[in-house]
Amino acid sequence: MVDAPAAVEFQHVTKSFGARRVLDDVNFEIDAGRSICILGRSGTGKSVTLKHVVGLLTPDSGHVLVEGENISRLSSRDLSRVRQRIGFVFQNAALFDSIPVGANVEFPMRRHTKLSEGEIVARARQLLAQVGLEREYDTMPADLSGGMRKRAGLARALALEPAILLVDEPSAGLDPVTAAEIDALLVALRDRSQTTLLVVTHNIPSARAIGHELIFLDQGRIIAQGTPAALEASDNPLVRQFMSSEGGG
Amino acid sequence: MRLLILVGTAAQFAARVILEAVRPPYELRETVRQLFELGCRSLPLIAASGFAVGVVLSMHTRASLARFGAEALIPAGLALALVRETGPLTAGLLLSGRIGAGIGAELGAMKVTEQIDALEAIAVDSFRYLVVTRVVACVIALPILTSVMNLTGMLGGFAAETSITGMPFRTYFRLAFSSIQFSDLIPATLKTAVFGFIIATVASYLGTHTTRGTEGVGQASTRSVVYSSILLILANVLLVRLIFFFYPV
Repeated sequence: MVDAPAAVEFQHVTKSFGARRVLDDVNFEIDAGRSICILGRSGTGKSVTLKHVVGLLTPDSGHVLVEGENISRLSSRDLSRVRQRIGFVFQNAALFDSIPVGANVEFPMRRHTKLSEGEIVARARQLLAQVGLEREYDTMPADLSGGMRKRAGLARALALEPAILLVDEPSAGLDPVTAAEIDALLVALRDRSQTTLLVVTHNIPSARAIGHELIFLDQGRIIAQGTPAALEASDNPLVRQFMSSEGGG
Repeated sequence: MRLLILVGTAAQFAARVILEAVRPPYELRETVRQLFELGCRSLPLIAASGFAVGVVLSMHTRASLARFGAEALIPAGLALALVRETGPLTAGLLLSGRIGAGIGAELGAMKVTEQIDALEAIAVDSFRYLVVTRVVACVIALPILTSVMNLTGMLGGFAAETSITGMPFRTYFRLAFSSIQFSDLIPATLKTAVFGFIIATVASYLGTHTTRGTEGVGQASTRSVVYSSILLILANVLLVRLIFFFYPV
């Protein structure tokens, strides 16, 4: 009996921008339905890691596999197929600012599904309600707060019911209550829909709530990996310092 | 060296535009939308400018021809000047400002806010969706807008002429159109399709290669106008030479 491939797998991934090495021999894997939170100081390659999963960046060496497929070797058609199974919430939401919030959430469905107009609108409204933005359907992104844009970005990322969800700083700009609601939503997705989560966060309470496992990146290398309890007991003082903080995103 | 790299990558970009424009799938809906945004919304500027240019040209033409007692040639002289050169070049330069700056700024802003990455992550070919649609729309729009400029220019010329001599509308336009031949109108109007390609391709290249945040967006917008205007003027010299080669006087 053949084991199912990991949902996401990094094999000796190295990436540099000019002279600056951002990822240095990174190895990890996430099984389907599991969640990993990536922690680390600013500028240590966390967002770059997420972008490799969806093929926005290709490694200088090593391989990134998504459901067993090497992302950087896929044809454009196959890459498109794989990308439709991944939802990506960008750090600053990256909403399309020329169209309203509702149209942003509808966009993936209009491009990639055969749902009727009524079904698309209904699903978009449902997704916005899930993230607490049911009143902002016709609002332009520029008129939203940063936290609201992040939530709208999450709604858009969920439009195609992705098997893998990549989230860059889910709690950034959110008040503690809303941040906890988003954490609960992500955990429910993971548990109910078996969605694989790869989350970049500075928020330790969120990381503890969401992550089955935590990865700590420092200067492009993984310096600690394990359960929240294991990282709290880490030999590395930077990791212990991070884990002992209750700081938010 | 940097200039050579810039020219090389820009040329590759332009070649890719042509290749992708002729291969399916075509983003027809987005192309039509761009045709409306870039073409229809430029009509007021082109119409007003054409009218003003026609008035001024008529005054200059009158001043020149009056020395030789040839005022009767004013409608024909103005029409020929407009159709053969003034209309196409003026339309091209005006639109390199309006359309070029707009595309450069819009795509530059999308680049720095990761909206282009978001499109790719949603499995949309951002090059086809953003660049090819704009280039095709401009290639279609420029000849149409040039024709509008020529027509409004003649209207302006008529307004100037009739205010001095009381020449009837029918007489003016009969004299104007009787002087225009196929070799005057069609090649000169079609060359503006090349202008449209230059404007949209240069602006799209600079926009999609924007770096350094809002400063970069401003630079992309400004450089789009400057570079496309220069290339347009140089291309015009070559195109006019080509027209005279195929249609010698």
